[in-house]
Amino acid sequence: MQELSVRHLLGIKDITPQDIQLIFETADNFKDVLNRPIKKVPSLRDITIANVFFENSTRTRLSFELAEKRLSADVINFSSSGSSVKKGETLLDTVNNILAMKVDMIVMRHSSPGAAHFLSKHIPANIVNAGDGTHEHPTQALLDSFSIRERLGEVAGKKVVIIGDILHSRVALSNIFALQKQGAEVMVCGPITLLPKYIKELGVQVETNVRKALEWCDVANVLRIQLERQQMKYFPSLREYTLYYGIDKKMLDSLNKEIVLMHPGPINRGVELSSDAADSHHSIILNQVENGVAIRMAVLYLLAQKG
Amino acid sequence: MQKRLIVNHQLLEIMVMRLCHQLIENHGDFSDSVILGLQPRGKYVAQRIQATLANILGKQVPTGLLDTTFHRDDFRRREIPIAANATKIDFLVEGKKVILVDDVLYTGRSVRAALDAMIAYGRPASVELLVLVDRLYTRHLPIQPTYVGRQVNSLQSQRVLVEWKEQQAEEDAIWLITKTDE
Repeated sequence: MQELSVRHLLGIKDITPQDIQLIFETADNFKDVLNRPIKKVPSLRDITIANVFFENSTRTRLSFELAEKRLSADVINFSSSGSSVKKGETLLDTVNNILAMKVDMIVMRHSSPGAAHFLSKHIPANIVNAGDGTHEHPTQALLDSFSIRERLGEVAGKKVVIIGDILHSRVALSNIFALQKQGAEVMVCGPITLLPKYIKELGVQVETNVRKALEWCDVANVLRIQLERQQMKYFPSLREYTLYYGIDKKMLDSLNKEIVLMHPGPINRGVELSSDAADSHHSIILNQVENGVAIRMAVLYLLAQKG
Repeated sequence: MQKRLIVNHQLLEIMVMRLCHQLIENHGDFSDSVILGLQPRGKYVAQRIQATLANILGKQVPTGLLDTTFHRDDFRRREIPIAANATKIDFLVEGKKVILVDDVLYTGRSVRAALDAMIAYGRPASVELLVLVDRLYTRHLPIQPTYVGRQVNSLQSQRVLVEWKEQQAEEDAIWLITKTDE
């Protein structure tokens, strides 16, 4: 007898801890569906979903598309390259044209922070934010927490460190909100130039020494250096970043404890994570991808229920 | 609200026993048969049937739980959304004689959804339906049970409730509930 408190999934900031629980419980059931011989349910057969991607994506777009197809929704895909956006069409016009074709839900990725919020105020469809610039990436944070819950039993009380380019990372911000709402302790770690100035006001711990951060945590979520978003030099060279912040198997083994290693992808092997660390038993990176489909099915299903 | 007892715990026990013997008549030693309880309320009936069969036959008939939430035809049409339950089927349905088990058969829509959900686990050799209560003249779909505990003639505004001790009820019982304007 439960439903979400929101009509759109714009960011983790806007949803309640109960919403997160409901999404997880629903995702448990969908994960079960994904392990059946026939991995498909007819729930969304009368719903059309448009995946509107104004920015590059592999995992998220494939994961959403698969989730939609597993729920029997009709799917159309749009990416800005090769579209009329290049001819000067505005975001609202583009989306309204898509909606004129009777689309019920929009999954959108955009390079501008707040693009999904903007859209939700102007159009009647349900909106799922699949990443808006450096702001939020809610389904990634949900699947990260879901993967922690799967590996460690629960998220509450766990110590999670997010390592890397916090300044440009929507995954970091969504994860901070999601983890705090579930009662986990959060630390961010990275070169001081890549930590937002007021990050402490979110109630997270700040650490610049990756070794100390790893010794503190139960879970390490390692992020990519987002060179495409960096307008200026934040550190001297990638090689230097790797020397100070790169994580390898030797370092993990020397901790004398079990830690869970996560990465939202795409991994730059040899930069933030060495290959032997990424492929070690600590890593749940591929579980994250697997859980992504179940989480996105749950989100789409629960939002469709709200209409 | 008026609550009238239509089956007490002794009668219910006899009813379950009779249904089990009817099952044995058709399924023999249950070598190719499996039981699927429909979530959420068919679970208790299925467990009771399995336990009673175990007493008579001395063996556990494979029993699973089937959730139909994602296969329902009233998604987005209901006032109150329903929460999904776990599906737990740790055997293959392919080629098996399946006995679907639920407490009350009313419109038949849950059973339709269950048939749909079950097919995702393979193609059964045959499917039968066992219900404790068959509400007469209320069907929306051409679905009839194979085994019936009790037929009940009821109004649409009434509700049939099966209670079990496993759900913290005082006694096993079947009630007919009539809503009254207060």
